[in-house]
Amino acid sequence: MAMAALKREGKRFAPLISPNPINVLRSSLLPSQEETSLSVRYISTQIVRNRMKSVKNIQKITKAMKMVAASKLRQIQSKAENSRGLWQPFTALLGDTPSIDVKKTVVITISSDKGLCGGINSTSVKISRAVHKLNSGPDKEASYVILGEKAKVQLIRDSKKDIELTMTELQKNPLNYTQISVLADDILKNVQFDALKIVFNKFNSVVSFIPTLTTVLSPEIVERETEAGGKLGALDSYEIEGGETKSEILQNLTEFQFSCVMFNAVMENACSEQGARMSAMDSSSRNAGEMLDRLTLTYNRTRQASITTELIEIISGASALEG
Amino acid sequence: MLQKAAARLLSRPTVAAASSAAATMLTKHRPFSTDLAAAPTLDQTFVEAWRKVVPNLDPPKTPLSFLKPRPPVPSSIPPKLTVNFYLPYSSELSGKEVDMVIVPATTGQMGVLPGHVGTIAELKPGVLSVHEGNDVTKYFVSSGFAFIHPNSVTDIIAVEAVPIDRIDSSQVQKGLVEFTHKLNSASTDYEKAEAQIAVDVYSALNSALTG
Repeated sequence: MAMAALKREGKRFAPLISPNPINVLRSSLLPSQEETSLSVRYISTQIVRNRMKSVKNIQKITKAMKMVAASKLRQIQSKAENSRGLWQPFTALLGDTPSIDVKKTVVITISSDKGLCGGINSTSVKISRAVHKLNSGPDKEASYVILGEKAKVQLIRDSKKDIELTMTELQKNPLNYTQISVLADDILKNVQFDALKIVFNKFNSVVSFIPTLTTVLSPEIVERETEAGGKLGALDSYEIEGGETKSEILQNLTEFQFSCVMFNAVMENACSEQGARMSAMDSSSRNAGEMLDRLTLTYNRTRQASITTELIEIISGASALEG
Repeated sequence: MLQKAAARLLSRPTVAAASSAAATMLTKHRPFSTDLAAAPTLDQTFVEAWRKVVPNLDPPKTPLSFLKPRPPVPSSIPPKLTVNFYLPYSSELSGKEVDMVIVPATTGQMGVLPGHVGTIAELKPGVLSVHEGNDVTKYFVSSGFAFIHPNSVTDIIAVEAVPIDRIDSSQVQKGLVEFTHKLNSASTDYEKAEAQIAVDVYSALNSALTG
């Protein structure tokens, strides 16, 4: 009877010794394992229990973070969708010219301040770097304006000299148009540009974020393009209402376009950030749950094995006494 | 009638199943939304330049892909004007068909009828009225731009707009008095400009309420 139990236990010990999904667990708990020549003592249940407690806490925290991100997303999503009409008239009038050839390009990267939001910030930075590369050459140059802490950290490592302006802590107060227009004004005052390229993540749905590139041209370039014909050639056919000259109105127009497009871009990026955080925290809690399941199995096995070992010792001791 | 419809519904999948390739079957019977796009959705030069420099990354989308298609310039004057009125916080009017709009351009109130020549107008604080048959909706807009396209589509973009009946006239009077006073006592150019702008806005509000 005892031998049968021992044989059964032998089979159950094997998974613990052989390589298995809880390899990582074993390697970290190795020092607490005692190996004798014939049999293996087991991980102390105390260690497994502590581990389970910490994984359970992590699961609770990530679940809470997911709920918080979901509620923030709900608030900001309606605002972002309402702001979507804002950039359409400008693109309808001035067209979209991402491949325009200009001397000075400024890449505006919009990112989040806080982390734990999946890969959206890395995507934005990769795209900004590529746009920078596209627009750098023998007689043209590009520089960065960075919004958000995460992109700043990434871009400062290799492109420190190209960064003109950085702005962080945008979301301290809820995003609104006034704040963004002040920001846009700041950028327009301090940065020389021929074309502004705004890189952000457009919010498509809770699980899909589309990296997008919007172009805003300076008034001089718009004039140059209307004279050259092509996409903006039709602009000449529009009359200007008012006594101002065309260049004055173009100046106001491009500044207004910039602030509207920035507003939409910042809102969409904020939405994408919350959505990405939701899905990252969701997969994190799911992983924690799976880890907890595996740990529970290990814990039960360990507990049962130690009980059986005790029983065996008692029984074999008793049978030895009887003779 | 119902039986025939039911029979038709049943026959469609069998026809679909009968054809050989599954993929071509789908496109024959149900076109994807991408097949229906008429307007260009991608700037080809940009995509090619991107692919040359950064082949591993997908090119980002540009606003062209998200732009709602606009109607082309019609040969005859259409009966109604399509108005889009956008604010940062909402799209007040989107694709609404109206008879006339009056926009407060910097040179004065400007009426827009269908078939108006293409114009770019900068707006000053004033009253925007939308005329649809016998209804007139009036908004007080802060400032912005109005684009009148030759295809009888008008885009009005403003920073703030309120319907006239939501404005409190006593506040307007108070504000007007306060800022006129500030304008007279302003010292720096900046303060003067600020006070002047405020006076303009409040007097426009005043005339909007009275006129």
